[in-house]
Amino acid sequence: MTGDSLLTVSGVRKTYPKADAGDLLVLEGVDLALTQGEIVGLLGRSGSGKSTLLRLIAGLTGPSAGSIRYLGQDVRGPSPGIAMVFQSFALFPWLTVFENVALGLEAQRLPKTQIRERSLQAIDLIGLDGFESAYPRELSGGMRQRVGFARALVVHPNILLMDEPFSALDVLTAETLRTDFLDLWSEGRMPIKGVILVTHNIEEAVLMCDRILVFGSNPGRIVSEIAVSLPQPRDRLDPTFRDLVERIYVEMTARPSAGTPAGRTEWFPGHGIASVLPRVSSNLLSGLMETVAASPFNGTADLPKIASDLQMQIDDLFPVAETLQMMRFAEIEGGDLKLTEAGLRFANAELPERKGIFAQQLLRYVPLAAHVCRILDERASHTAPKARFIDELEDSMGDEEAEQTLRAIISWGRYAELFAYDDQNLLFSLENPS
Amino acid sequence: MARLQHFSFLRDLATRWDVLALVLVVGLVAFLGEASRNLLEPLSQLKATPLSLDPSRLPEYATRTTLRMLAALALSLLFTFTYATWAAKSERAGKLLVPILDILQSVPILGFISITVVFFLSLVPGRVLGAEFAAVFAIFTSQAWNMAFSFYQSLRTVPAELSEAADSFMLTPWMRFWQLEVPFAMPALIWNMMMSMSGGWFFVVASESISVGQTNIALPGIGSYIALAIAQRNLTGIGWAIAAMLIVILLYDQLLFRPLVAWADRFRVEQEPGARAPKSWVLTMLRRARLVAWLTRVAYAGIRFVSRLGPRRVFTPPRKDKSGRAAERLLFAVLSALVLGALWRIARVLLAGTTPHEALGVIGLALMTMTRVFVLIGLASLIWVPVGVWVGMRPRAARIVQPVAQFLAAFPANLLFPVAVYGIVTWNLNADVWLSPLMILGTQWYILFNVIAGASAMPGELRSVASNFGIRGWLWWRKVALPGVVPYYVTGAITASGGSWNAAIVAELANWGGTRVQAHGLGAYIAEATAAGDFHRIVLGIATMSVFIVTINRLFWRRLYYYAERKFRLT
Repeated sequence: MTGDSLLTVSGVRKTYPKADAGDLLVLEGVDLALTQGEIVGLLGRSGSGKSTLLRLIAGLTGPSAGSIRYLGQDVRGPSPGIAMVFQSFALFPWLTVFENVALGLEAQRLPKTQIRERSLQAIDLIGLDGFESAYPRELSGGMRQRVGFARALVVHPNILLMDEPFSALDVLTAETLRTDFLDLWSEGRMPIKGVILVTHNIEEAVLMCDRILVFGSNPGRIVSEIAVSLPQPRDRLDPTFRDLVERIYVEMTARPSAGTPAGRTEWFPGHGIASVLPRVSSNLLSGLMETVAASPFNGTADLPKIASDLQMQIDDLFPVAETLQMMRFAEIEGGDLKLTEAGLRFANAELPERKGIFAQQLLRYVPLAAHVCRILDERASHTAPKARFIDELEDSMGDEEAEQTLRAIISWGRYAELFAYDDQNLLFSLENPS
Repeated sequence: MARLQHFSFLRDLATRWDVLALVLVVGLVAFLGEASRNLLEPLSQLKATPLSLDPSRLPEYATRTTLRMLAALALSLLFTFTYATWAAKSERAGKLLVPILDILQSVPILGFISITVVFFLSLVPGRVLGAEFAAVFAIFTSQAWNMAFSFYQSLRTVPAELSEAADSFMLTPWMRFWQLEVPFAMPALIWNMMMSMSGGWFFVVASESISVGQTNIALPGIGSYIALAIAQRNLTGIGWAIAAMLIVILLYDQLLFRPLVAWADRFRVEQEPGARAPKSWVLTMLRRARLVAWLTRVAYAGIRFVSRLGPRRVFTPPRKDKSGRAAERLLFAVLSALVLGALWRIARVLLAGTTPHEALGVIGLALMTMTRVFVLIGLASLIWVPVGVWVGMRPRAARIVQPVAQFLAAFPANLLFPVAVYGIVTWNLNADVWLSPLMILGTQWYILFNVIAGASAMPGELRSVASNFGIRGWLWWRKVALPGVVPYYVTGAITASGGSWNAAIVAELANWGGTRVQAHGLGAYIAEATAAGDFHRIVLGIATMSVFIVTINRLFWRRLYYYAERKFRLT
């Protein structure tokens, strides 16, 4: 351990007990070190366990295995040296700005004059002068998050944890807040020594961090580490900056393992009919195919480009792209999305023909869809209760995942007119309602 | 900055708001002193100064009744903060405590009054205090359960990020309770306190004038006044009592609840713009008066000081704690033993004092009361659902109707005894049919309340679409209005049904002076048993009624509620 190491995380594993039996593995084998003066980014999609890791470091929950050491001491609970900024601000709506900021100091039972002095100082630093007696509901989103920052800084933490602090703000406000934060940080005016930032925004990570840890899913783990040595302030249009962004896109869309035999569901956790499917509407699927098929992409699109064109975050874009890949409407290779022959045919077809193509791909490449149709075919009544499939899925996944997977299949099956589903009676059938 | 204004009230000491506030505060102190003066007098004193129907005595009676209700409300709050917190914080205890609360909510406590009176009288033998305790306890039982439930729900739904923020800034449990959990629960709790207050009036009449077997106690209060007026067939007296009740309810609304609601507005977590903030002249006064502002600042400082007391905690994340678990297990064992003991006692009482034949008869009576409740709920729905929809879609009408309905909900059935008895005797009507409306007198308003709420929550766009397509008449009711209010309606109907069962104890047996009209039903059975002081039959009647209410709730209302939630949810 080096002398200026603030935090070391080694071999951390986190599981949550599932409702029926077994454990849900959220994080596995995570190692991380934070040294003085650096901003480390945890970049990944929702469900990759990066927020869980942040909560482990904050001491809000404990690891199932491994150790988290802050200044050489095991983290056993929240510590005054580690403060957190929340995605949804988490301000107490019944307290004024001043009271919200002072709360952390009151919990430490400092003398009243000191609480006042330090709170006003933090409010001043973060640019909230004049808003001391306002209630959070009177403030705009950007101002609220400033209160969130002031509240975290007032306890003079060594480490600041930020959980997607800018993602609930509009683009302009987020940019202002980021710039203000980086200015304060590089001028050394904040009492903090190190920062860990959780984000799913690739550009934000490259803009702010000295080191980026890219997270993979199922289970959540660190798949790669990328050092960013560009000097601050960084320029988004700088070719080196663009290259880094492109490289991370490639990293994040690299196929986890070579193709498995049971269909192309390897992007999603589970195998065969027990793959956990994302809820992506058929509108999004056809919309993305149309966009990629049209000019200027003409069938092959760069993912960072399409993300910024469509104003989509990776959490929105990746599931759609991966669903297209699962149904072999497209291939993802080296950060590019390339439509297959079926994808191009779909994009250029009219609605009835589209449904036919969709049904074909769905039956061929999504094992669960074929399974549902086969069961309905075999039964004399050509109907089956939803519970039958839920039970089957729950053998290999949690109840929420089972519900989500079945909902996805219902939505795709309805679009393809493969089967009908009656939500009132929770019944699948081959017949369409008259 | 407001918090830097130190003691500036000294400069110009009083605003006109100060004068008003001062009068109010002094009045409150005088009121408390007056009402608590003769608590320790011997019980015989009550007999020496008999109640009088002279309206000039009514202010005093009203004061005393009000104080009883306030005391019961304070008790209910205490119960809420302890019981509901325990149920929410300890998963193991919650497993038992929540169903207990659910049952308590359904048990017709009205029937138990006779038993609790005996208990409290024996606690403070020969003093008025005992009877006062009994009355306050009876009112408490009508107020506490839904408040506790609401608080429990709030504790379970504290937003995760707020809770994490509290953890990460290391608030002690004590600070967390007062700074996070209580504020978060406040709006729902205050709403439930208002409902409880309405429900409490029903019990005031039953609890102030108590006769168990040979003992007759009439505590000075509006309830006893009404009872006396009924016994003496004094219609003017009834009129005066209604007027006094109206004034007290109005005062409660203006002086207590409206300020509370306006004040609690800041505790709402969802911050949607555009919603009108509730207003209250009393709150405005309290806020504008400098003296009061200074006093509240002192009080806040006190609260803050208290909230910093308590042990300084070393927070550990919730891991499996062996000793804590052992303690909980012990507690669980003790509670289970208590439940078993209670079951054994009930069984013994029933086996000793009643026959299977009687039990069968009681079930028959319960079926009759059940029929009555369902028919009445149906009839009330036919009337109040259309009215509620109409009112709910007109905000101005809703603002007028809401407080009126709130007053009517507080209206005890006893006040209509003269009308019912007179009518039935004069025209020789069937009591089984014509006494029934009294059961739903106070409870039908819950249907109206909820339907109004549902109709006003209906998105304006949906209504615009309906008028755009020219959807009118029956089609509009069938496809637009009714589906929109179904979940709300079911909530109201559940409350109304539970309340009507309880009201049956009062309503199935009506007295007007010496004339007595009785319907066949479980309520009349319990009322008779109470009057006769027949302990075994009281227990049998109440046990049967509880079982009926709980079963109907589980098998019918709850299912209907989930169905309505799934099918008609507007999201």
